[in-house]
Amino acid sequence: MPKEVVVRTIGVKKNFMLGRIELKVLRGVDLEVSRGEYISIMGPSGSGKTTFFNMIGGLDKPSAGRVYIDEVDIAQLDAYELAWLRCRKIGYIFQTFNLIPVMTALENITLPMIFAGVGHDEAVDRGLKLLEMVGLKERVQHKPFELSGGQQQRVAIARAFANSPAIILADEPTGNLDLKTGKEIIRLLKEMNRNHQVSVITATHDLKMLDVSDRVVWIRDGQIERIEERANLDIKVGEVEGE
Amino acid sequence: MAGQVGKQVMLPKQEAFKMSLRNIRIRFGRACIVSSSVLLGVAFLMSIFTNTVIQQALLKNGPESIKVSLAAGASDSMARDIWLVSLSLLVCVVGITNAMLMSVTERSREIGTMKCLGALNRFIMEIFLIESGMQGLLGSLAGGLIGGLGMLITYLARYGTVILNYIPYLGLLKFYLFSIILGTVISIIGAVYPTYLSARMEPAEAIRREV
Repeated sequence: MPKEVVVRTIGVKKNFMLGRIELKVLRGVDLEVSRGEYISIMGPSGSGKTTFFNMIGGLDKPSAGRVYIDEVDIAQLDAYELAWLRCRKIGYIFQTFNLIPVMTALENITLPMIFAGVGHDEAVDRGLKLLEMVGLKERVQHKPFELSGGQQQRVAIARAFANSPAIILADEPTGNLDLKTGKEIIRLLKEMNRNHQVSVITATHDLKMLDVSDRVVWIRDGQIERIEERANLDIKVGEVEGE
Repeated sequence: MAGQVGKQVMLPKQEAFKMSLRNIRIRFGRACIVSSSVLLGVAFLMSIFTNTVIQQALLKNGPESIKVSLAAGASDSMARDIWLVSLSLLVCVVGITNAMLMSVTERSREIGTMKCLGALNRFIMEIFLIESGMQGLLGSLAGGLIGGLGMLITYLARYGTVILNYIPYLGLLKFYLFSIILGTVISIIGAVYPTYLSARMEPAEAIRREV
């Protein structure tokens, strides 16, 4: 099967101004992600992984270089097209869950569908199915503050899948969760990845993530240090996790 | 499939209204503060209107004794009244801008998240402007009533129920409607700047921002 590239970055750089000092967070990152691949971007804090993640997701603009999603250069997109891309092609999952606090679990999930123009009844239907898929059928009408961290992240995962995206971007999805809940979330992500042929890209320093990743991209000082295939990783996982 | 990017994202008006209403209901305390700012401004405006309308009606058609008493007290305070009312409404706008600035900063992450989910800047503006408009509407409805009735009671206390025969109710109603519209419009105007500022932020920036 020929590889279909869903994300391609070429020489992505990003500088931030800290007062008068220019901080080079990304110093030219090239990466290709194929459809259905599960990729972990690993690196110490401050290595630029979240920044890189924001570039891939079209959440921030690179200072130089190009980002292609489904072979479209996102720098060329106008506001409408960018919104459309975020709405339908990409699902976002955050470390802090970022559910809309005033909305119920179901409403949080149907929100991207409303933006996509899905009718109310169909949105509710699909929302309920997604909630069932992440195991929260009983929590439909609960508000985020009535849910545990793990449950909130499940809602967020369901929301990310609302419009059947091609790419899921997860920024430290297990960062605010305990070990066991984190594992459950990773398993859920992998399941969705396998069943829906969605590419999952996670920025993380959770070593539990290595186990499910097809490739691991190590970032250090704003550059890719090395990329490891899953096959070469298996032995290490046992060592680092030490359970 | 590759290379296809569409343009259509939407937020039906009905949904925007629902979201705004929900925000008001859940953050009711905050909404009350914004509303009360409009309420006070509009109450003042409406009391001046009511005073002018009743005074003029009484001077024209009222009983002789009241006319004399009014003529003695009446001064050419119209210019000063206009000045005071304008000033109070201006303060009102600044108050609303301040409150909305707080509100959007507080909800920065929420705004960023909505943009990640496919919201256009325009959707964010719509939701917040509708919210502010509704707060203004509530404030003006109450403020107009309070101001108008307050002034009416003052007149009743001074001249007795006889004046009720001379009051042009239709005229008062018109001014009441005008005050409500004005109150709603100024609260929308007050919200434009803060809303614009936060709606145009890049989503990453909006989510990152800590309050």
